[in-house]
Parts: sequence; structure tokens; C-alpha cells
Amino acid sequence: MDRSKLKIRPIIGMEIHVQLATKTKLFCACPIEFGAPPNSRVCPVCLGMPGVLPVLNRTAYEHAVRTAIALKCEIARFTKWDRKSYYYPDLPKNYQISQYDLPLGFDGAFDVPVDDAAVSNAPADGAPADGEPEGGRPTDGGSASGRPESGVAAGLRTGRSPRKTSGTESTGYRRVGIIRAHLEEDAGKNLHEKPGITQVDLNRTGTPLLEIVTEPDLASADEAYNFCVELQRLVTYLGASEASMQKGQMRFEPNVNVAIEYDGREYRTPIAEVKNLNSFKAVRDAIRYEIERQVSEWMADPDYVINKRPKENRGWDDVRGVTEFQRGKEEAHDYRYFPDPDLVPVEVDDAWIESMKDSVGELPLERQARMSSEYGLSSADAATILADRATADLFEEAAEAGHPPTLGKQFISFWSAHANARNTTIAGLGIDAARLGELSKITADGLVNATAAAIIAEKMLSSSDTPTAIAQREGLIQTRDEGQVQAWVEEAFTKNEKAVQDALANPKKQQQARGFLTGQVMKISGGKADPKVVGKLIEEKLAKLSQDL
Amino acid sequence: MTATLVEIRDAIRSRRTGAREWVEQAIAAIERLEPQLRALVSYDADRARKLAREVDERIARSQEVGPLAGAPLLVKDNICTRFGPTTCASKILENFQAPYDAHVVERLEAAGAIILGKTNLDEFAMGGSTENSAMGPTRNPWALDRVPGGSSGGSAAAVAAGMVPAALGSDTGGSIRQPASFCGITGLKPTYGRVSRYGLVAYGSSLDQIGPFARNVRDAALLLEIIAGHDSRDSTSVNSPVPRYTAALDTPLDGVRIGYAEEYFGEGLDPEVRQAVEAALDVYRSAGATVVPIHLPHTKYCIACYYLVATAEASSNLARYDGVHYGHRTAAPEDYIDVYCASRQEGFGPEVRRRIMLGTYALSSGYYDAYYLKALKVRTLIKQDFEQAFGQVDVIACPTAPTPPWVIGEKINDPLAMYLMDVYTVSANLAGIPGISIPCGFSGAGLPIGLQLLGPHFAEERLLRIAHEYQRHTDWHTRAPQIAAG
Ligand SMILES: [Zn+2]
Repeated sequence: MDRSKLKIRPIIGMEIHVQLATKTKLFCACPIEFGAPPNSRVCPVCLGMPGVLPVLNRTAYEHAVRTAIALKCEIARFTKWDRKSYYYPDLPKNYQISQYDLPLGFDGAFDVPVDDAAVSNAPADGAPADGEPEGGRPTDGGSASGRPESGVAAGLRTGRSPRKTSGTESTGYRRVGIIRAHLEEDAGKNLHEKPGITQVDLNRTGTPLLEIVTEPDLASADEAYNFCVELQRLVTYLGASEASMQKGQMRFEPNVNVAIEYDGREYRTPIAEVKNLNSFKAVRDAIRYEIERQVSEWMADPDYVINKRPKENRGWDDVRGVTEFQRGKEEAHDYRYFPDPDLVPVEVDDAWIESMKDSVGELPLERQARMSSEYGLSSADAATILADRATADLFEEAAEAGHPPTLGKQFISFWSAHANARNTTIAGLGIDAARLGELSKITADGLVNATAAAIIAEKMLSSSDTPTAIAQREGLIQTRDEGQVQAWVEEAFTKNEKAVQDALANPKKQQQARGFLTGQVMKISGGKADPKVVGKLIEEKLAKLSQDL
Repeated sequence: MTATLVEIRDAIRSRRTGAREWVEQAIAAIERLEPQLRALVSYDADRARKLAREVDERIARSQEVGPLAGAPLLVKDNICTRFGPTTCASKILENFQAPYDAHVVERLEAAGAIILGKTNLDEFAMGGSTENSAMGPTRNPWALDRVPGGSSGGSAAAVAAGMVPAALGSDTGGSIRQPASFCGITGLKPTYGRVSRYGLVAYGSSLDQIGPFARNVRDAALLLEIIAGHDSRDSTSVNSPVPRYTAALDTPLDGVRIGYAEEYFGEGLDPEVRQAVEAALDVYRSAGATVVPIHLPHTKYCIACYYLVATAEASSNLARYDGVHYGHRTAAPEDYIDVYCASRQEGFGPEVRRRIMLGTYALSSGYYDAYYLKALKVRTLIKQDFEQAFGQVDVIACPTAPTPPWVIGEKINDPLAMYLMDVYTVSANLAGIPGISIPCGFSGAGLPIGLQLLGPHFAEERLLRIAHEYQRHTDWHTRAPQIAAG
């Protein structure tokens, strides 16, 4: 079979766990702290001691709902907590508190920027993340109770509204359907540091996780990569998660299979779920590997198709760059979900949901588009300013009294340099919007030039004076007095005869020499000369000199 | 010791008898009676003496003391305490030391009570006879060859025998009321959510409730006042004010309507029990109450419903006892799966294993709808039965248990017969309503019989007043077993 005659269309859904940015755990008051000594951030509740009871962390619920709103999910008015039972040493209660049939968010959509060439209509009938192969998949509800025969949590919500079906929303964006978003507690960690002994660290036990399950709407490894990057950007923008990969605060599980068109027929490979990926790169590489592996397996074995083979779990070996078969957990486990009697259901009203929507406000992509058109910023500059919400808010406040395009340039250049040097954000520099705006305005108005603006900015970090006051104090107000500038030009010409000669007679160095002379004038003026006036007078002087030759 | 909690409190406060003397009396009674009764799992006389001395010193210096200052009490050994082990009468928690105090323990100690020790129970509160204890059975003070009831049999026997004036138990399907009935004392199961479950080792989380045992209604009311109230650590604890139950007791009741449900007087009811309960209704009639016939049509499903809900929750609640983090671990496991299997096999007794298996089955894929979900639906119907009934009457009166206490070992090999003994008590737990058992007579063989009164949610004040009314007209509650006299 000729590989080049196959038309290959990857079908990819994602299941993502996002650690929410709460100070304390989901059901107890233990602090969440990465890298603390093993079992030092625990209490009777998260240790699952006899007689303890869980109490819901409201902030975790709010973060989860705000994220679900940003993912355009419907928000449940009524949710409850369910126990998912399985025995494992890192799970002290031997059940995990999760949300089974009533996730807090469902039927959402997330637009992901994609390479235009890659955009095509994604199929709507692939496997959702963590769903079952067709035929073996839990029915939507399964029974009057809403409990399916299978013990698979995810993939239950499939009844999406038509307006949110997948496909291309607009050129350059892929709309990815969100099946559900629910809150659950994390398990601890088994440590295998000593040979023959497994130790358990329960610091992570009870950390709030938001689990997001998408429709299989992604069509390439790069799209999946972009999806993960955008999701990270979204949750950090919302302040819902720190989303640090190094700390394992985002974990990805792509569900991958491939539709192969050959000889006028379509074949689908079995779905593989790649477990527990910890980086964007691993997501992309594992999916790329899976696509090739599945195509090769199908070419070698025509029975390697979805309804003849079960779904399989695979692990990613980062060093060797391959996925490996893992024993399937779905067939082995019956999680015996049932409502947790220790927790009361969460009931929210429309007013509360509205208040959450208000706190979400404009989403990063929408805001980026608006800011670039409203303030005359490039899309890239708008994205940089938006990397952090407080900085974006500060920019908009400063822009009101300032000159937005100049303010944008100053944010991207010296303000972000100062922030980086101090390992903070621009908002974290603590300079108020009024002063930021004023600096951009006096720069744009020509009261100070760009060089002087950078000097003023540095002074503003250690002084609460206005930029204008600093400019006056430091003598940085631009001089437009042509007599004065003429004197500086004369001085520069006298001191730099070589450059003058080049500017007049050396065609190769003409341009460079003029720039040099301009710089010298600026230097002599102490940054006060108006560059426009300087340019004009240098031109006049050179013209005169060449006439005299 | 025959003094009541109120008498002890008043004697200590008025400096007639010091806390130390009461504690010594209790210790003496325990030392004398414990070899015969086996009511305790553990007790700490030295700690109690030290606490009593502190109370006496405070009183001597005229410092403020709590409302239960110096009163010696016991708590069931499924309630966590920092002092002493908390075993749940199970081998799996034989050496378990809780790192924290239960909410009720904090409340009692803040009120100045002195907790002498922990009482025996059916393992993890699963049973109605205290025979399912890894520490061995507790005996009924009225007849040492008989069971004290259960699962809080240790607390009931200790109070009945005069070791202490009062104790705490827990009630999941009758585990306070039935042993109170069998031991001839007063036992109250509060409304679900009235008392925090924080620190009560869970059996059936949606049913469990802590409550008092005492020699009379007034003492039970006093204890409830101390332990009831909101606790933010228990999400199911209800945030509504706690009335001064003791203050309301003596207010006369006019025109009380008492419900009589024939479903609670049917097949399987011992004739002597029936007679005693009917006689109690006559006492109320002559005190001016009206007895109104009512119906609780879903009563016949209560036992099945209860054993599905309770065991399902138990199978999950007890999953944590696995030999990994604390508690009994098997000596030489083959692998980590064996740590679970062997530790649990060795650590749990037969009744606990039976209920874990029943509950696991009820929650399993393919059976959930037919068992657990159906049980939840029936539970709703049972709740509705009571809601309708309480539209017509103030309280419902019925027997607490269908028979007087049986002989130890008589039913141990017939779990179903044992489960059927819960027929009159489980409905209150399923509906979440309060219930009280008070002594209302004796069988021909001299065994105590209990009258159960059930009330609407959070109607403890009314329930206690009506129960107290009965004790004003009768003296059953003042009788003590021979063994108590020494
Ligand atoms: Zn904790």
C-alpha cells in the first residue's frame, strides 16, 4: 500500500487537568505549597483520618466557574459531589471526591488560533476525550437516573447545542467544543526513591483540579499544541490557575485516532488516550507519534480499526520519543460512583452566575482584538500587554489620559524591560496610570524626545513626581530654539570632521555618517534637542557645505 | 452512682460535693462493675482525677466554670478523642490514636465535663446487640446473660448500671434508642444535622447522628443543649439556633396530639411490649393528650431501604481502612494488593465484612439503579409519610424495639432476624427526624421496655417536653438494676 495515496485526517480530543490557584486545598484548610517537605502540608481531613469531613473551598468553586464561563460553558444551577472509588496508596480515603453526572460547566466552546492552511471542517463524530469507542460508549444518561452502565465519568454530556458545533468559526480560528468542566480533588504522589520501597507524599492530596474535556475537534498536533497554549493563557489571565508546567499544574491527556481515506472508503483507527503529559511539546510530539503509529498499524493490519479493537491507554516516553501501551483501566475498574453524603449540593442562582460573568469580563482574544484596533497597537504588542491582566488593565487606564500608540511602544520597550529586570510585571512596578499616561503624552506632544522619555521612566521608578516635573528638573524638556540647536550642530560638525567628510563625499557611508552626527548633536544637547529640528539643520548645513565645495 | 447529671452539677456548683468525689464514685463503680459488664473499651482514671482537681480548684477560687463542670461522662468509642485510643471496637483500629477531638468532645470539655473513657459498641456501630465487638460483648445490667442492645450498648449499660450519670452514643438505625430501651434509660437521637458529626467515625454518613444517654429526659435535654449547634467543619450541620431545651421542659402542654400508626404495632411485636406501650398511651390520655390514628404506609420498606443506604455508604466510608496509612496492616503481604486484601480480611469482623460486601454490591455497575437508586426513591417516600403524619399530630408514639433484650448469642447466626429488630427505629434515620426512647415498663422476666416518640425535624424541644411529661407521671425511669446498688 502506498502511504502517499492515503488521505489522513487526525481526530483529537483533549482532557486537561488544571490546578486552581487557591491558597488552600479543596476540602480542608491545608496550604497548597509546591516543593514542601513530604507530608508537611496535611491535616486529618486530607489524610482521610477516621471521623473527618470535607468542607468545600468556595474560592476553588469560583475559579472553576469563571473558567467554565470563559470556555462559554453553560453553568449548572445545581451540582453535587460524587465519590469515585478505587484503591491506590496515594488516595487515602480510597475514593476521590469528584463530579460525576452533573458537572459545574458543560456545552462550551473555545476558539483557538490555528495556522490558516490547517483549518478545515473537523468531524463531529469522532471520540470525545475519555469517551468510549463507538458502540461501547455510555449512552447519554444510560437510564432514567442519568447513570450509565459504564463507570466512565467523562463523555456523558454530549448533547451540544447546534450553534456551538465544531468547525471553522472564522478564518484562523478553530472552535473546539467543550463537553464538560468539573471540579475534583487531586491525589497524592507515590515516591519510588528507595529501591524496593514505595513511599507516599500526601501534600498534593486534596488540591483542587478543574478537569476539562473537549470534543474531538482538533485536527493536528499543532492545533492541539495551540489549544493547550491558549488554555494556559486563559486560565492565567483569569487568575484561576498559575498553570505552571514545571509544578505540574496543567496535565494533558489527548485522545487520538485517525480517519484514513483510501480507495474511496474511510477507515478509522482505534482511539488511544495518551496519559499524563506535562508539557506543550510532549502534547505535540506524542500526538504526532500517535498519528504515524496508528497509520502504520492500520497499513500492516486492516483489522486495526475502531470497532474491532478496544480503546487503549498509552504512556509517553519523553526520552525515546515514543508512546507505549498501558494496561487499560476502563475494563478493569468499576468506580462505583455515588453522591457524597458528607457534602451538600451546590445550588447557585442567576444573580450569582451573572456576578461571576461580570468578574470574567472580556476574554483575552476579544480584548486583544479590541485593544489593537482601539489603541493602534500591533496584534503582537497587544498580546504582550495582555499576558497579564493587571498590566492590561493598567494600560487601558493610562491610555485614557495618554497617547495610546506611544504608550504601547513604551510598554513594550522600557517599561517591560524594567519589569523583567525586577522579575515582576509592569503592573507590579507600582507606577500609577496617570503618570504612565502623562509620559506617553508629553513624548507624543514632543515636549520630550524618546531618549529623554527613557531617562524619565527610570527616574519615575524611584520618585513619585510627575514625568513633566522630572523632565523640568532634569533639564530634559526639548529645545526647539533653532539658534540653540544650530550652535550644537556647529559644535558637532567641528568635532567630527571625518564624519562630515563621509556624509558629504562617501556614498557608502553617507547615511551612517548622518545618523552619527545626529547622535552627536543629541549627546551635546543632553537629550534636549528636538530630533526633527536637528535633522533639518544638519541637512541644511550639509547642503551649504557641499555648495561651498 | 444514682445521682442525675443535674444533681451532680448542682452539688458541685454549690460546693456540697466536689468534682473529685463524683469522679471517684464513678471510678469505683467502673472498677466494681466493669468485670461483669464489659461496657468500656478504655478509660483513664488518672486523667479524670486531674481534670476533677482542676474543676474543684476553679470553684474554690470562685472562677467561672462550664455548665457541666465536674460531671463524669463516657463517650462511645467511635467518637474521636485525643486521649486514649479510638478503636470503633475493631481490630483494624485497635491501636489507633486520633490526632484530634470530635466536635462533641470539644463541646463537652469546654462545658467542664470529665470524659472518663470510651464505651463498647458493635464494630463500627454495625449491629444491634454489641456482640459484634472485637473487644467482646457488653452485658445487660438487668440480666447479665442478655444483650444491652446496640450498637451503643456500652454507653447504655454504663449509664443503666450507674457507672456514670450520662454518656454519648451514635444512632444510625436505632443505635441510641434501642439500647436505651433495652437498658431502661433515656436515649435521644437528634435531627440529622442538629449535632456535628465531625469526629464521629462514619458508618452511614447520611444517617449517623450523635446523641445523649441519660437517666431521665431532663439530663438528656441538658446534654443536647451542650452538644447541639452549628459546626463549620460539618457541611451537613444545620445553622439554626439551639433552644434552651431544659428551660422549656416544665412548661405544661395543652392539647397534645399523639399519633398512633398501626404499622408500628403489627406482626412480630412482643405482646408484653405492646401492652406496655399501649399503657403509656393511656398515661398520656389521662394527662389530657389525644391519641390520633395515622398511617405510615411505607413502613414495610424501611428495613430494606435502610440496609441498602447504610451499607452502600459504609462500603465507601470504610474503604480508608486499608493498612496503608494507619491501623492494622497484615504482617507479610505478598504485594501491595495483598496489603489491602489481607489487612482488611484480618482487621474487620464478619458483620462489617458482610455489610461492606452488601454495600459494594448495591453500588456496583449494573446494580446501582435497582438497589441504591431505588432505595433513595423509597427514602423520599418514607420522608413524605412523616411529613404528612406531622401535619396531623405533634409526635408519634410506638415501641422502640419489637422485643425485650435477647440472650447473648441467640441471634448471632441469623443476621436477618437481627436486622428485623431495627424495624421501628430505622425510619427516623431515613427521614432525618428526631426520636427518643424512654422507659415505659418491664416484661414479666424483669426486662426493660422502651417507648419511642418521634417528632418533626428540629422539634427536639417539643419531643423532650412530651417525653418529660410522661416521666412526671411515671417512675419507670427511676428504677435501677440490682447490680447498680452494689
Ligand atoms: Zn488538609
